[in-house]
Amino acid sequence: MENTLFDSSEITVSMGPQHPSTHGVLQVKLKLDGEKVIDAECVIGYLHRGVEKLGENQTYGQFVPTLDRMDYIAAVSNCLGYCEAIEKMLRVEAPPRAQYIRVILTELNRITSHLLWLGTHALDIGAMTVFLYAFREREEILKIFENYCGARLTTHVFRIGGLEYEIYDGFEDQIRAFIKDFPKKIAEYEQLLTQNRIWIGRTRGVGVLTREEAINIGVTGPCLRASGLDWDIRKSNPYACYSEFDFDVPVGEYGDTYDRYLVRMEEMRQSMRIVSQAVENIPDGPIRAKVGKIIKPPVGDVYHSIEAPKGELGYYIVSDGSTRPYRIRVRPPSFVNLQALKQMVKGHMVADVVAVIGTLDIVLGEIDR
Amino acid sequence: MEFLLQYVAVPMIKILVVFMTLSLVVAYLTFMERKIIAFMQVRLGPMRVGPYGLLQPIADGLKLMLKEDIVPAGADRLIFMMAPIITLIPAFIVFSVIPFGPPGSIAIPGLGYEVENPFYITDINIGVLFILSVSSIGILGVILGGWASNSKYPMLGALRSAAQMVSYEVALGFSIMGVLILAGTLSLVEIVEAQREGQFWYVFLQPVGFILFFICGVAETNRAPFDLPEAETELVAGFHTEYSGFRFSLFFLAEYASMIVIASMATTLFWGGWLRPFPSVEALAFLDFVPGVAWFSLKVGTFLYFYLWFRASWPRYRYDQLMSLGWRYLLPLAIANVIVTAILVLVVKG
Repeated sequence: MENTLFDSSEITVSMGPQHPSTHGVLQVKLKLDGEKVIDAECVIGYLHRGVEKLGENQTYGQFVPTLDRMDYIAAVSNCLGYCEAIEKMLRVEAPPRAQYIRVILTELNRITSHLLWLGTHALDIGAMTVFLYAFREREEILKIFENYCGARLTTHVFRIGGLEYEIYDGFEDQIRAFIKDFPKKIAEYEQLLTQNRIWIGRTRGVGVLTREEAINIGVTGPCLRASGLDWDIRKSNPYACYSEFDFDVPVGEYGDTYDRYLVRMEEMRQSMRIVSQAVENIPDGPIRAKVGKIIKPPVGDVYHSIEAPKGELGYYIVSDGSTRPYRIRVRPPSFVNLQALKQMVKGHMVADVVAVIGTLDIVLGEIDR
Repeated sequence: MEFLLQYVAVPMIKILVVFMTLSLVVAYLTFMERKIIAFMQVRLGPMRVGPYGLLQPIADGLKLMLKEDIVPAGADRLIFMMAPIITLIPAFIVFSVIPFGPPGSIAIPGLGYEVENPFYITDINIGVLFILSVSSIGILGVILGGWASNSKYPMLGALRSAAQMVSYEVALGFSIMGVLILAGTLSLVEIVEAQREGQFWYVFLQPVGFILFFICGVAETNRAPFDLPEAETELVAGFHTEYSGFRFSLFFLAEYASMIVIASMATTLFWGGWLRPFPSVEALAFLDFVPGVAWFSLKVGTFLYFYLWFRASWPRYRYDQLMSLGWRYLLPLAIANVIVTAILVLVVKG
């Protein structure tokens, strides 16, 4: 075809892996027509450490700290999913006291994960103050983790069969104080964003993912719920002791970035509700079931999935009866959710790519493993 | 001798004083930005260099000067090196017509010489036009810098700047027309004098004009929420991505100097320049002991504070939203403001 003067020329821009707002080492190859995105291709693998393979060479118990390094923002959820999967294989169940403490810590971790998402997402769109406010509250939760197990981020907080540590003195009080304070802080974030004309302009109608598209791609978590499907594994296939708590699953309407924002904000409130119910009713009793020093699950396989902050986190574990797993396969939510990026940014502007990466809430440690 | 003193020595000293003060103000504006935004964000800001981090801008300047000046391999060397200078110089030249204080002469004791109009370098009868035309040269540096880098991110940033600055300049120009109609002059000193004689600061007669002017001014200087050309989360650093060391700091200085230009213009055109509040109310005459320069600085400082406040509070516009805001809302509003003002002036003055 003959090129004329009025042909628009495409340029290819490589966004990442060292770009301030690709949230880690994601590379997106963008084809641009001026400011408009024609095509986007994700290049992943810069953070590949072979987590699944590592698991085959470690005993079941040894592998847990490695899992903390997958989604390092929600290490507690990673740990919960894995421990429950192994417990399922061993046919043991953690005692109720352990279950409650697990739920409290997991939900607090969900709040930290959402706070980090909120901060970075807002920062990407230019609202820098929300970022620092969100980190202020995140710090409070990390302090609780630190008091409980000594680590803040890669916590290695659960063990197969229950918990390693009993809760410390003042655990409940610290959480109660946080719960009392947190609604005011959420209101503070919302005051800066929810009704903000620029924020709505930047997020409404951006990166729309319809219900059908979301289901076809396999998107889970808040992204799926924002598209209008009421699907939360905590409700639909309850694990741990979630069935004992009263909470709502927020659902969006349009499946755009603004809806995903609203859904996650509401999820933080709901997590708080769960924590406040759990912290008042922690039962007495042992914190660890009898699993024996050497863990040898029977021959067979198991799939167990939980609702991690970013979506469905699944573990498929095959046991050959030895002390090490024969194969471990992780279904990370971010990896699947990232597939939607291409569809969501096509036809939008460059600035929207950043907004969409932010709204998908990806963690590269989990995508590359 | 008298000639040399009046036309060479005194203006040179005035220029030097303005330049030095301005450089210092720009340096400390970056410091204030970091401090004020830090306080808004529950942190402390720079605290290490000097007491309360007061020497931070000097440390920053030194650091930037000592850094390697990298010119990318594929860059157009000459233009790449000239671009920051093209941006910086107009931003400083503009101050030659901005009146910081009232006209009049001050006798220097001991010399037996009277300095005329010590508070501004010069007053030309096309002052406003001069500012608009000189400051628009600054855009060239941005475009050339982005283009000469021979890199995609700066190129996108430069294209954005070009579009943004050109379109907002139109609305900016129209927004001050109302003031010019009321004052009937382009000289900045006379505009302030007209505000004293007219008994009102023009912001009370031209509220729409002022708001439009300030919005366009923020967009002109590429500041949040219109900081698209250097949107760091999208385009890394926009047009100055490839710049390092001192050349980078020149762009930086130019941006802050333009912020002060816009704040000074807003003060002069709409907020009565060096005048005290309500210059016509005799009951407030006791405020006259505050020198005009202090009033001027106070007003400029307030506007600069608004700049920082915006940056801490608001997300960033998207490119197309910015354009539609500029062309579809601000420009028609500015033109309507001009027409309404013109008709009212015609009706009132006959």
